[in-house]
Amino acid sequence: MPKRNSLWANIDWVTVLIFLILVFLGWINIYASVFNQEHQSIFDTTQRYGKQLIFIGAALAIGFLILIIDSNFYVFFSFIIYGLIVFLLILVLFLGTEINGQRGWFMFGPIGFQPSEFCKFATGLALASYMNTHGFKLQTFKSLIIISAIILGPAVLILFQNDTGSALVYFSFILVLYREGLSGVVLFFGTLLILLFILALIISNLALSLILLGSFLIAFYVVNAKYKQYLKIPVIYATGILLLFVVNLIIGSDYEFSEVITAGSILGTLVILGYSYRKKLSNYTTIALIFLGSVLFTISVDYAFYNILGNHQQERINELLGIQSDPLGAGYNVNQSKIAIGSGGMFGKGFLEGTQTKFNFVPEQSTDFIFCTVGEEWGFVGSFVVIGLFMLLFYRLIWLAERQRSGFSRIYGYSVTVILFFHFLVNIGMTIGIMPVIGIPLPFFSYGGSSLWSFTILLFIFLRLDASRYEKF
Amino acid sequence: MDIYSRRKYYVTAIFFAVGLIFIIKLFGLQVLDSKYKISATNNVLREIVQYPARGLIYDRNGTLMVFNKPAYDLLVTPREVEKFDTVAFCNLLEISKEDLIAGIQKARDYSTYKSSILIKQIPPESFAYLQEQLYKFKGFHTQSRTLREYANPSAAHVLGYVSEVNDTDIGNDDYYKSGDYIGASGIEKTYEKQVRGVKGIKKQLVDVHNRLKGSYLDGAEDIPAEIGNDIVTTLDADLQSYAEELFQNKKGAVVAIEPSTGEVLALVSAPTYDPSLLVGRIRGANYNRLSEDPLKPLFNRAIQAKYPPGSTFKIINTLIGLETESININTRFSCNGKGSVPLRCTHSHVSPGNVVDAIRESCNPFLWNTFRSIIYHEKTVAEGFNVWRSFVESFGIGLIISTDFPNALKGDLPTEEMYNKIYGKSRWNPLTIRSLAIGQGELGATPLQMANVAAIVANRGYYYPPHLVREIENDTVSQTLKEKKYSKISPETFEPIILGMEQVVKGNMASRVGVPGVIMCGKTGTVENNQGSDHSVFTAFAPKDNPKIAIFVYVENGVWGSRYAAPMAGLMVEKYLNDTISSRKKLVEQEMLNANLLDPNQPK
Repeated sequence: MPKRNSLWANIDWVTVLIFLILVFLGWINIYASVFNQEHQSIFDTTQRYGKQLIFIGAALAIGFLILIIDSNFYVFFSFIIYGLIVFLLILVLFLGTEINGQRGWFMFGPIGFQPSEFCKFATGLALASYMNTHGFKLQTFKSLIIISAIILGPAVLILFQNDTGSALVYFSFILVLYREGLSGVVLFFGTLLILLFILALIISNLALSLILLGSFLIAFYVVNAKYKQYLKIPVIYATGILLLFVVNLIIGSDYEFSEVITAGSILGTLVILGYSYRKKLSNYTTIALIFLGSVLFTISVDYAFYNILGNHQQERINELLGIQSDPLGAGYNVNQSKIAIGSGGMFGKGFLEGTQTKFNFVPEQSTDFIFCTVGEEWGFVGSFVVIGLFMLLFYRLIWLAERQRSGFSRIYGYSVTVILFFHFLVNIGMTIGIMPVIGIPLPFFSYGGSSLWSFTILLFIFLRLDASRYEKF
Repeated sequence: MDIYSRRKYYVTAIFFAVGLIFIIKLFGLQVLDSKYKISATNNVLREIVQYPARGLIYDRNGTLMVFNKPAYDLLVTPREVEKFDTVAFCNLLEISKEDLIAGIQKARDYSTYKSSILIKQIPPESFAYLQEQLYKFKGFHTQSRTLREYANPSAAHVLGYVSEVNDTDIGNDDYYKSGDYIGASGIEKTYEKQVRGVKGIKKQLVDVHNRLKGSYLDGAEDIPAEIGNDIVTTLDADLQSYAEELFQNKKGAVVAIEPSTGEVLALVSAPTYDPSLLVGRIRGANYNRLSEDPLKPLFNRAIQAKYPPGSTFKIINTLIGLETESININTRFSCNGKGSVPLRCTHSHVSPGNVVDAIRESCNPFLWNTFRSIIYHEKTVAEGFNVWRSFVESFGIGLIISTDFPNALKGDLPTEEMYNKIYGKSRWNPLTIRSLAIGQGELGATPLQMANVAAIVANRGYYYPPHLVREIENDTVSQTLKEKKYSKISPETFEPIILGMEQVVKGNMASRVGVPGVIMCGKTGTVENNQGSDHSVFTAFAPKDNPKIAIFVYVENGVWGSRYAAPMAGLMVEKYLNDTISSRKKLVEQEMLNANLLDPNQPK
């Protein structure tokens, strides 16, 4: 049994080691991605890799500082830290400097400070603090409102900075809430909506109507296979669709076949709904309502997509879904990114041998597209190692979070994990073309002081809390 | 423990599911799908064509005639062009702003990110300065080419010129790409495959802005350009230049052949032009100017002009007469001078004369009688004519005699059918076609063919196809050019004719035409011309035994045979055999050099 009072013995050195490996790999890949003949020294501070080394040194200092501060500090001051940073988020909208179209930076001479990066851990602390209050119950309306405010407040402010990527990070907290007891239904519907949204855009209306109808019939069957009325359901739908089809013919209106099927399905579902409500078949009622909601949602998606989203957002989503292929326009970044990673092959081209990243075919290669350098120079093996390290880190963090005695530490631990995971998911997903291009950094890898420090703070506060796990009850 | 602790498994499962999806996707991208590797290569590799220098051309004595000089193309990559000082740029290149804008637009229409040639063939003098200034103009770069340069402004028709390939050339041979050079005439064209060399490829890495970033694999996959093979021609550069000098301000042609080999020593078509006029940026304008010149300098009279051979043809007719035994060396025909019918004789000489006298005196009545005897030697006129015709053809007239002159013409040798068409079958006889007896009428032969006839006589009966190339580096001269061809005349038949030719030069022509210390045999010709003065023709070979040179000279509007053609031939033979012109002929040489015969009407 470790000594209760020894800080250094209680720190989880495995996590620290993974952190150091990731930071080191990030640094040498930044070196490779911006390598040029005139500045060959990896310590050259006029270049990004030299600067990153300074950032890493500072990050280690920050990490050390966080570890020597008493863990109670983070518990007691969580709301104050949160309040301070939210205040800065508001302030930056008025006093900040605009960089790349985002008003998110305070500039002190050459040194930039981006409050949104530091808001992640603050939100985690505030959330942990609120949910750890005595007698807290997640499933109440009041709790949900306050939690939403804590999470979405910063997200909205960051959205005002025009930094969509960073704002989206806050959606990852839904996984923390799920772990703490939020109904799985929310997750289920969230997933269903995303799936329907994608399907509505990529496949034809007719196919989508048929898929929905098919899934619906299967769902009924799965829920109650033996129900003798089951056979009636397809008949009801067939009748509804046929009826509308005939009506459409007689009237001579020019509705498309898919529209007839959709309308027929809605008609049939309403009939079933009335029937199941009367017979108190709650399963059927639920499924019918879900089906109805899905159909209405898909109808509204097309409208929403073309009337609410901006042009470049439409393009990026279209590109991702393969609806429009424009490798020299909106899809240029992703296409070049895939070329760079794909050309790496099994074992990669070797350190500093990557042509796509070195010759600037990949944009933002040292920041958002740093994974391209990994893929190109170290190949599938290197990519596998990096993804493996992240998976190891996530697994370790969940394991650490679960061993906490205090709810505060556990909730904060989960917050750290899901924030890191969301960055990992979106960043790497983007570089290999399965996520839209959203500019957020890869934790510990991407070039940049603010992001590295914010991830370091995020992680090390948790390590500090974990080191004090025996003190909490 | 809280009741939701089981949910850690679901969260972990989500994480690992994402990790697994990433791994699968990466395996597909990196290991299974090879298209990204190809795309990556296309992204960074630029293949830069290395243009080889063409092979050098030497004369028979090893004197360099054609070599190469550097030139530079200026290329533009429209996408990379940034705002620049157009005035300075135009001044630098000596072009107008309109041309510059039009040029860049044309390049843009072709491709914005590939480079295309904006200005061709900038000479090295302008290039040095341009190179210094070019850094100011983004999107422009240069490539080096080579252009032809000539040691002397001579032999333009023989050497030919080089031009840019056209669509037909590209279609015929996929070696050529737009912008390549190709031999367009002369030796440059005939020996294009040997002379052009092989283009090389340099693989360069470029970045996203198409900037060069060094060589690919340190040049391991580069293919160096191979310089073209050198060629040694049969020409004697000195004789060629001298012949061109003699022909200045004259129209006509001269071909000189070494009889023992068929090697062409000199080939001139006058007026000629400086071959360097058709090189580089000035080529287009000069070509247009030359092709519009009424004197037709681009027209190669030596192989394309079908001149009536005139009295030089009497050699052939008398040889046929003797060989067919239509006449013999003792046969004499009387000559009534200007009163002779049907062909009058312009000279007064001994009568009746034999065949030697006839050659010496160029006696028309003798030739008429000989010609008639040849035709009537067979049963019918047609048969007789066809025998005569086959003999003439064996001298290479009416035939393509060499593969070395792709543009050479066959000449005109009339056929039985032709006369049947004109006069009706059996409605013609020797009298009808009597002009053939003295080398006029429907007969036309190129100077090359007539020089070859001189070589046949010099060789007493055979010839090698006249050719222009002696040696090719890493290759051999075509075997067909080394095959001995025989005329249908037996060697001993030539002797009386050669004796007559010897007497031609030895007689009153000796001082103006004869070569000191050398027995030269020749025959004059005066070709009637109704558009101006008659043409002056002379054919000759020397020395009489072991001939070293056979020559045919044709001077348009040269009044009569011995007036210009014979002295010019004599000078050329002397120049070739003795290297210098003897002092006693300096006056004649001066007279020939100074003569201007461009006006078709010359005083008698």
